Amino acid sequence: MSRARYRDGARKVAPIGVAALAFGASYGVLAQTSGFGSVEAIVMSATTFAGSAQFAAASILGAGGGVVSAIVAATLLNARYAPISVSMAPVFTGGLVRRLLESQLIVDESWAVSRRADGAFDRRLLVGAGLVLYPCWITGTAVGAIAGDALADPEDLGLDAAFPALFLALLVPQVRSRQALAAAVLGGVIALVLLPITPAGVPIVAAAAACLIGWRKP
Amino acid sequence: MSDRLEKAVSETWIVIVAVGVMTIALKAVGPVLLGGKPLPQHLTGIVDLLAPALLAALVVTQVLGGDEEIVLDERLVGLGAAVVALLLRAPLLVVVIAAAASTAVVRLFT
Repeated sequence: MSRARYRDGARKVAPIGVAALAFGASYGVLAQTSGFGSVEAIVMSATTFAGSAQFAAASILGAGGGVVSAIVAATLLNARYAPISVSMAPVFTGGLVRRLLESQLIVDESWAVSRRADGAFDRRLLVGAGLVLYPCWITGTAVGAIAGDALADPEDLGLDAAFPALFLALLVPQVRSRQALAAAVLGGVIALVLLPITPAGVPIVAAAAACLIGWRKP
Repeated sequence: MSDRLEKAVSETWIVIVAVGVMTIALKAVGPVLLGGKPLPQHLTGIVDLLAPALLAALVVTQVLGGDEEIVLDERLVGLGAAVVALLLRAPLLVVVIAAAASTAVVRLFT
């Protein structure tokens, strides 16, 4: 039974695996044009494994924006992983090393598919999904960093629209109560308002604060 | 190797290591520090709402996000196709493909 949950996670995220491969390649191309060697590009994908932060860091370095700006931008973009990681903490069991390693498979897409219909997170769904996305991302990066511009632009294939479609499809079953609907609307509005006025990443992490409407007195 | 290139190489590694360590820590903070223990009861109401709030924000930023601006482009067509597919109760795979394919087709003709 437990194996089936890993497979379910892998299957749910499979269509996004294709997009991860293509965007991994476009990150590889960007990294190369920003002065990264292929080893550097691949090491960053293997250790950071968070697309938007990697794109931001590489493009800032490539534009001569400097080390500090690159690190700050990537940190803002990844700040959302703190609340995501804490929200998933209860389902990570086992030894410290196992928890540390499995937690590295957390990305937006694996987190989103790991939430079951009953609202609980499922570690096996997350790991199954993460084990599809991680090799796709690294393989894509390697192909992009080595093959370079010979590849098709993932945007020509509409793959940038695959991500919001996935998040929307996973959002719909989450909205099972008035309070969940209120949190979704508030989160969306916060993101929309901040989008044109704050650096990338801030709108998402600020939108996470919408969940505070669920606060109950201890 | 010129001085400039040497500087660029080391800058790249500084960023890779710093961003890598920071991201690993952010992802690990919950499972490593709080792993396996249930969250305090009064926090479960908050945590339950994190998914809808963040997913909605991800939809908004991924459809409309630009470089610190709102950009209306072909991605909106893709999202519209996804909405239609969801209303027709299509499976996840179909929803994602409908979004990508419709966006690609509109880009091809604009």
